[in-house]
Amino acid sequence: MVGIVGYGSYLPRYRIKAEEIAHQWGMDPETIKRGLLLKEKTVPAPDEDTVTIAVEASRNALKRAGIDPGEIGAVYVGSESHPYAVKPSGTIVAEALGITPEVHIADYEFACKAGTEAMWVGYSIVKAGEVKYALSVGADTSQGAPGDALEYSASAGGSAFIFGGEGVVAEVVETYSYTTDTPDFWRREGAFYPRHGGRFTGEPAYFKHILGAGRGIMQKAGLKPADFAYAVFHMPNGKFPLTVGKRLGFLREQLDPGWIVPLMGNTYSGSSPTGLSATFDVSKPGELILLVSFGSGAGSDAFVFRMTERINEVREKAVKVKELLEYSPIYLNYGLYAKFRGKIIMNS
Amino acid sequence: MPVPRYKREIPQRYRLEASKCKSCGKVLFPPRLVCPKCGSREFEGVRLSDGGKIVTFTVIRVAPEQFADQTPYVVAVVELGDGVRITAQVVDCRPEEVEIGKPVRLVFRKIQEEGKTGILCYGYKCVLSSLG
Repeated sequence: MVGIVGYGSYLPRYRIKAEEIAHQWGMDPETIKRGLLLKEKTVPAPDEDTVTIAVEASRNALKRAGIDPGEIGAVYVGSESHPYAVKPSGTIVAEALGITPEVHIADYEFACKAGTEAMWVGYSIVKAGEVKYALSVGADTSQGAPGDALEYSASAGGSAFIFGGEGVVAEVVETYSYTTDTPDFWRREGAFYPRHGGRFTGEPAYFKHILGAGRGIMQKAGLKPADFAYAVFHMPNGKFPLTVGKRLGFLREQLDPGWIVPLMGNTYSGSSPTGLSATFDVSKPGELILLVSFGSGAGSDAFVFRMTERINEVREKAVKVKELLEYSPIYLNYGLYAKFRGKIIMNS
Repeated sequence: MPVPRYKREIPQRYRLEASKCKSCGKVLFPPRLVCPKCGSREFEGVRLSDGGKIVTFTVIRVAPEQFADQTPYVVAVVELGDGVRITAQVVDCRPEEVEIGKPVRLVFRKIQEEGKTGILCYGYKCVLSSLG
C-alpha cells in the first residue's frame, strides 16, 4: 500500500481583510465579499517566501510521519513563486530538513496545481520502488496586481506530504489528470504581476478541467459522490469550489472541512493541498476523500485517498490547519500590506 | 554575506548543528575544534532543540542599512532546551509583546538578501507562537 505517511501545513500569521483592500480602490466591500465569498487572506511576513513556508510545512509533516529525514529519497516543491528564477527551492528545503545529499530534487511549476504535480510525482516514484519516501510540497506567496480582483484572494501558505509504503495515513486509491492548452491566466518572464482572461477563467478553464478530472477519476475508480466522506477542490475564490462541487454531485457538508478559502485566501500551489490537510485533520479511518486541483494553462490533478487507522495516531502530532487559521492573526492596513509585499518603489 | 561563508555555515543556520564534548559533555554552538571547558578535541554531533525562552532582548530602532525597513524589531538572547544560548531576531510580533522569560520557538526564515541580484540568506529566527 502506497500513500501519505505524514502531512503538515503552514500559514503566515499576518492577514488583510477584504474590506481594507476594497476601501483602497473605491470598491464596495460587501459586493466583493458576497461576490467572491472571501473575508480575509494570509499575507507573508517580509522574511517569508515559498522556501520558508515549505520548510515549516515539511517540519510538521515530518512530526506526523515520525521518520528519519535521511530516508527521504526525493524532494519536490511545487510553486509559482519560487524565490529564485534560476536555483531550486528544493535544495534549500532539503538541506534545512537534513535530507541531503542522497536525494533527487526538482521544482515544479504549473500555476495553482504545482503542488499536486509534486504529489503526483512523489507518489509515483515511491510506487515504482525508486525511493523509500518522497516529500512533496505545494507552497506559494502569490501576488495579484493592485486593484485587480486577484488582489482579494492571492495569499500565502503551503502544505507538505510525505509518501511512503509503510505507516500509511492515507492510501492513494486512484489518480487521474486532465490537461489542455488553455491560456486563462499567465505571467510572462520578467513581469511582476500575472494577467488573466477575466470571465474566460471560469467555464472554459476552472470548471471544464475540474469537472473533467472529477468525473474521470470517479469513473476510473468506479466511485460516485455519495461514496466519499469529503471532497476538496482548488479554491481561487469562495464561490468556484462550492459551484463545481455541486455540479459534480457533492453536498455542502462534504466540502466544508476543506473549504478554508474565506479566511485563508488562495494560496495557489498550496490551495487544494491545504484544503486536503484540513480535511485529513477531521477525517476518520476508512473514509474516502477526493482531491481535485486546478492550474491555469490549464489542467487538473485528481486523487482518491482512503484514510487508515493511523490517522488517529498522527493527527495531534502537529498543528492543525484550523489552529493555523484561527491563531491570533495580526491584521495589516493597506500601507503595511503594500510594504510587506514589495509594492512600494524604494530608492535603491 | 559572501557565498563561501554562507555555504560553510548552513549546518548551523539551517539545522542548528552543534558539537558535544565527549569528555565533559559541554554543548558548543557553533562547533569548535577545542572544548573551552576541558580542552578536549573529541566531539559528537548534536542538533539543538527548537524551543527555548527569552533571557534578554533589545528593540532595534536604528538598524544597519539592510535591516532598516524592518524597524522597530526585536533581537533576543534565547536559551534553548539544551542550555545553549543563541542570539536571534524575534519576529511576527509587536515589540511590546516580548518579555523576558516568554517561551519561543525557532523558525526558518529569510535573514537577508544580497541586494536585488545576489543570494538569499536563510537561517533561524524566533516566534512567540505557542503553536506546534
